[in-house]
Amino acid sequence: MMTKKMKKRLYRILAGAAVLAGALIAEHGFHLSNNVILILYLIAYLIVGGDVIRKAARNIISGQVFDENFLMGVATVGAFLVGEYSEAVAVMLFYQVGELFQSYAVNRSRRSIAQLMDIRPDYANRKEGEQIITVSPEKVAVGDILVVKPGERVPLDGIVTKGDSSLDTKALTGESMPREVSEGAEIISGCINLTGVLEMKTTKEYSQSTVAKILKLVESQGDKKAKTENFITKFARYYTPIVVLLAVLLAVIPPLLVPGAQWGDWIYRALSFLVISCPCALVISIPLSFFGGLGGASRCGVLIKGSNYLESLAQSEIAVFDKTGTLTKGQFCVVQVNAKGCAEETLLEIAAHCEGYSDHPIARSVREAYKNTPDLTRLAQVEELSGYGVKALLDGKQTAAGNEKLMETLGIPVEKAEAGGSVVYVEQEGVYLGSLVVADIVKEDAEKALRELKALGVKKTVMLTGDSKKAGTEAAKQLGVDQVYTELLPADKVEKMDALMKEKSGKGTLLFVGDGMNDAPVLAGADVGIAMGGMGSDAAIEAADVVIMTDEPSKLPVAVRIARRTLGIVRQNIIFAIGVKVLVLLLAALGLASMWAAVFADVGVAVIAICNAIRALNITGVQN
Amino acid sequence: MTKTFILEELDCAHCAGIIEEKIQKLEDVKSAQLNFMSRRLVIDAEESAFGRIIKDAKKIIKKTEPDVEMVEAH
Repeated sequence: MMTKKMKKRLYRILAGAAVLAGALIAEHGFHLSNNVILILYLIAYLIVGGDVIRKAARNIISGQVFDENFLMGVATVGAFLVGEYSEAVAVMLFYQVGELFQSYAVNRSRRSIAQLMDIRPDYANRKEGEQIITVSPEKVAVGDILVVKPGERVPLDGIVTKGDSSLDTKALTGESMPREVSEGAEIISGCINLTGVLEMKTTKEYSQSTVAKILKLVESQGDKKAKTENFITKFARYYTPIVVLLAVLLAVIPPLLVPGAQWGDWIYRALSFLVISCPCALVISIPLSFFGGLGGASRCGVLIKGSNYLESLAQSEIAVFDKTGTLTKGQFCVVQVNAKGCAEETLLEIAAHCEGYSDHPIARSVREAYKNTPDLTRLAQVEELSGYGVKALLDGKQTAAGNEKLMETLGIPVEKAEAGGSVVYVEQEGVYLGSLVVADIVKEDAEKALRELKALGVKKTVMLTGDSKKAGTEAAKQLGVDQVYTELLPADKVEKMDALMKEKSGKGTLLFVGDGMNDAPVLAGADVGIAMGGMGSDAAIEAADVVIMTDEPSKLPVAVRIARRTLGIVRQNIIFAIGVKVLVLLLAALGLASMWAAVFADVGVAVIAICNAIRALNITGVQN
Repeated sequence: MTKTFILEELDCAHCAGIIEEKIQKLEDVKSAQLNFMSRRLVIDAEESAFGRIIKDAKKIIKKTEPDVEMVEAH
């Protein structure tokens, strides 16, 4: 897509190129008189470079020299004066082609990022009585009932009250598997409803909904700049005046001092300097690379709040994790079923019925493991013994489920289960039936995430947890964490963090990964505070520097890889652009490089650097 | 307080750097960040000073890149 401005430029380039071709034919094919040829070249020059000259003149009047228009103007007018007509026109032509390409590339990447983050819901279908009224999402109140049809975007956060469907969360999480939802499920704004009609009750206003928060975050992403970006801005400020000064010296000194040196020859060399003196390639390709890196990360479901964090991520040396909800699922789950003398299903059935009335998280996990709903009519005389377990009559049989202490009081010998979790022993009519181990299970990809971070050069992984020593060390062992601190209060976490911050070496950074719950001070204290499970958690989105939209710790190595690659591209561009420019400057000073080489060192390098920068948007190869 | 503006038609990265630097130097501006890629200019200043700052910023922009239009983002 070209803007009007770009199209105008393109037409001027084409027309100018045609006239230039005519002039070249006139000069070399027909050998017309010099004046006719000069006029033809001037026409071509004015078509192509008229606006550059106009802008240059205007800038001089307002007291600004050293801008690219001025430099190109002086260089090409100078070329006319030393008699290099065709070169003057050609240099201007290539300069314009380069400029056109630059704005095209910048425009395209701006657009592709905008598309990527096109998650803004345009409207909401509000149910009012039997009628459905289309309103803007901002007008919907908390508690309103909305209808979301297939193909539509969920406009606000809420809970499904009717219907089943699957949701596409790709734009939010980078996860391509649709998520199944049914009545009672919490759904998040910005997802696309794929299959069925859903009715939902809103739980938040639009401005507090996930989609509004993400959009705000993404829009302000570039406001924090990387050190490299600031360096380039500074570099550009000195580079141009220095090269221009060198050009002046080159034009004046050798003809005055060196016997036999020709003015025309040295002025020509100086003009090449002016062509190279524009820092465009750098100033455009560096922010473009960072922008691409941020965009690529968003595509993977990792929102990074500024390019400065890309730099910090790339240098991560210590990674500190919160345990519950970050490396583990934060919910209890039956991890082991040890049935003795009965089928596993029977054991689960009996245990689930015993725990049928209990609200304890362990009881809930047992019922969940027993896939069916317990039939509570089978129960009688339920007795909940706090700190022990439950006794009840199940189908008229005396049954108990609880910890070791309960079994001891009942005089039932048990087979001790060994695991880092809570154990529920079950007996019926004095017969021991077996045990269930309930634990907060680690996320499937947590171990892999830690392993990959190590492979990426992170020196140390640390886990901080408020959990018991037993549960903490067990999880740490399972995950392969280097160091674990258990039984920490929130204030202790901050203290441990400060100590760890002192351990890192000069350039290394410390990452803290939490789930955004109660760890705002720790998130703020780290070089990079990373919050997981950004979908739905407001606190996380606000407090963190990086938000991982899904619950997967394995996105962390992905983020580090993206950061490293982006910085690699930035470094390549800096070295390439400065290298080529310095080389051509040297060759031009020696009279070995023509103005053609100079224009390549200017716009050619810019075009190549931009193409390289666009690679940062590409995420194939950095994902697992 | 901070205010955010969009610089429409901004397509010269070097000019963006110049504009940013000059706005940073304006009186009463605590900080100013111009992001070339997103075209967003974020200015932090006292509310009472904003009227003058915006006027001066527009002047700077007109002088550096006459095609660029500064509009407040909402």
